[in-house]
Amino acid sequence: MSIVAPTTTASRAAPAARDAVIRIQGLAVQYRGRGLGHSGTLAVNNLDLEIYAGEAFGFLGPNGAGKTSTMQVLLGFQPPTRGAAFIYGVDVRQPIARQRIGYLPETTTYYKFLTAEELLRFYGRIFRIRPADLEKRIDAVLKLVDLDGARKRLIKTYSKGMQQRIGLAQALINNPDLLILDEPTSGLDPPGRMKVREIIQRLKTEGRTVLFSSHELGEVETVCDRIAIIDRGELRVVGSVAALVKQYQMDLERIFLKIIGYPPPAQP
Amino acid sequence: MNTILCLAGIVIKELYRRKDFYVLFVLTAVITLMMATVSFFHQAGIVRYLKDICLLLIWVSSLVIAIVTTARQIPAECESRTILPLLAKPVSRWQVVAGKFTGCWLACGLALAVFYLFFGAVCAAREGHLPLAQYLQAFWLQWAMLAIVISMALLGSVLFSAPSANATICFTVVVAILIVGAYLQKLAALQAPLAAWLLTLLYFTIPHLEWFYAVRERLVFDQDLIPWADCALATAYAAAYVALILCGAWLVFRRKPLTA
Repeated sequence: MSIVAPTTTASRAAPAARDAVIRIQGLAVQYRGRGLGHSGTLAVNNLDLEIYAGEAFGFLGPNGAGKTSTMQVLLGFQPPTRGAAFIYGVDVRQPIARQRIGYLPETTTYYKFLTAEELLRFYGRIFRIRPADLEKRIDAVLKLVDLDGARKRLIKTYSKGMQQRIGLAQALINNPDLLILDEPTSGLDPPGRMKVREIIQRLKTEGRTVLFSSHELGEVETVCDRIAIIDRGELRVVGSVAALVKQYQMDLERIFLKIIGYPPPAQP
Repeated sequence: MNTILCLAGIVIKELYRRKDFYVLFVLTAVITLMMATVSFFHQAGIVRYLKDICLLLIWVSSLVIAIVTTARQIPAECESRTILPLLAKPVSRWQVVAGKFTGCWLACGLALAVFYLFFGAVCAAREGHLPLAQYLQAFWLQWAMLAIVISMALLGSVLFSAPSANATICFTVVVAILIVGAYLQKLAALQAPLAAWLLTLLYFTIPHLEWFYAVRERLVFDQDLIPWADCALATAYAAAYVALILCGAWLVFRRKPLTA
C-alpha cells in the first residue's frame, strides 16, 4: 500500500462565487539536462490548481518538490514545458500579468548602493505610480515594515532581518492584490518571524490574496486558509487546513510527513 | 520607455556610487595635465603628439569604463538575485536589456563628456583656441562607437556567465577590430579562395570601429570638420549595429534561466 496519499478533492471547498486569482492548468516544468545522456528533470508534472481571491494559500512540499519551479512559472521566470498558468485571467508569460503582484523571493539582496527609499522609489516608478502617491506609499510601507527610521541608510548596511523587511516593503509598494512569498520567514530570528507573520495576517485581513511557501508548518497552520502539498512535482493534496486535520485525524506536521512518505520504507 | 529610463537611472547611480570610475578619471586627468604642462625639448610642435597620447588615453579609459561597467550588469543582477524582484514586476526581459544598454551608454557619455571637457580645457590653455565643433564631432562619434562596444559587451554578458571572461573577450575583439579591421580585405587578397572568402565575409560582418577612431586624428592635426551628412551616416551605421546586437542579446536572454 502506498503511503503517499492520492490527490484529494474532498476538501476543495472553494466557494463557487469566488474568483480564481491564480489558475494553473496541466502545468509541467522540465529542466533540460546538461550534456549527453542527461534527459533532464521533471520538476512539476501535470499540476492543476486554483487559488481564490482573499485567501491565504500555503504551498508546501519538501525541498526539490517543485514549489519554487511553480512560483517561477507564475512570475514568468520560467516558461512552462506544458500547460498554462493565468493570474487574473492573464497568461503569466505576459509582463502585464505581474501588474497586481507583489513578490518576495526567498533569498535576495537588493541594490546595495541604494537607500531604502531610493529602492522603493525605483520599483514604484516601474509601476508608474504618480510621484505624489508614490511618496505617500513609500512612507506607508516603510512604517508597516518598521524601517521608517532607516529609510536613508544604504541597504548594504542592513541586517538580514532588515533586508527581509525591505523585501517585503518592495513587494507591497504597488499595493498588490496578490502576494507571492517564497519562504518569507526563512533565516529570520523569532521576533523577525513574528513581525513578518503579523504583516501577512494584516494583509490577509485587508482582503489580499497571499500565496506563500514555507517549511514552518506551525506558521502555515496559523496563517493559511488552504494549503496544497506537492511532492516530486505532483500535487498530493489540496484543501483547507481544518478539513485536512479532520480528514486525517492528525496535526498538519504529521499529515505533511505522511503525504510525502516519511519515514521512507525500510530497505530489505 | 518609463521602465527603460528607470533601469538606466539605476545603472548611472551605481556607476557614480562606485569608486572605479573616479580612479580612472583621476588617473587620466593627472596624466593629461602632466603631459600638457611639461615642455618636451622646448619644441612647440610637440603639442600634437601630446594631444595624440592624451586622446589615446581617453579612448582606452572610455573603453575600459564601457566594457567593465556593461559586462557586469546582467551577471551581477543574476548572481545577487536582484533580477528576481525586478522581473516579478511588469518588466519584460527586452526592457531589461534596453534599460541596461541605455544606462551604460548614458553613463559612458557622462564620463566621456568629463574627459573631453578636461582635455579641451587643457588644450585650449596651451594652444590659445578651442575648435568647439571638432570637439563636439569627436565626442559624438566616439560616443556612437561606444554604443556598439556596449551592446557587444551586453551580448557577451548574456552569453558568458563570468563578467571577467566577457570583459577580456570583448576588449580583445574591440582592439582587434581597431587594429586589423581595416586590413581584412587586403589580407583576403593574399589568401587562398576559401580563406579569402571568409575574411571578406568577416570584413563585411564586423562593426568597423576603426572608422570612428579616425576622427581622433582630426583633433590632433586640427583638420577640417567631417561633413555633417557623413557624421549622420556614421551615427546611423552605429545605430543599426546596436539594434542588431541588442536583438541578439535579447534572444539569448529571453530563454536564459535566472537561477542556477
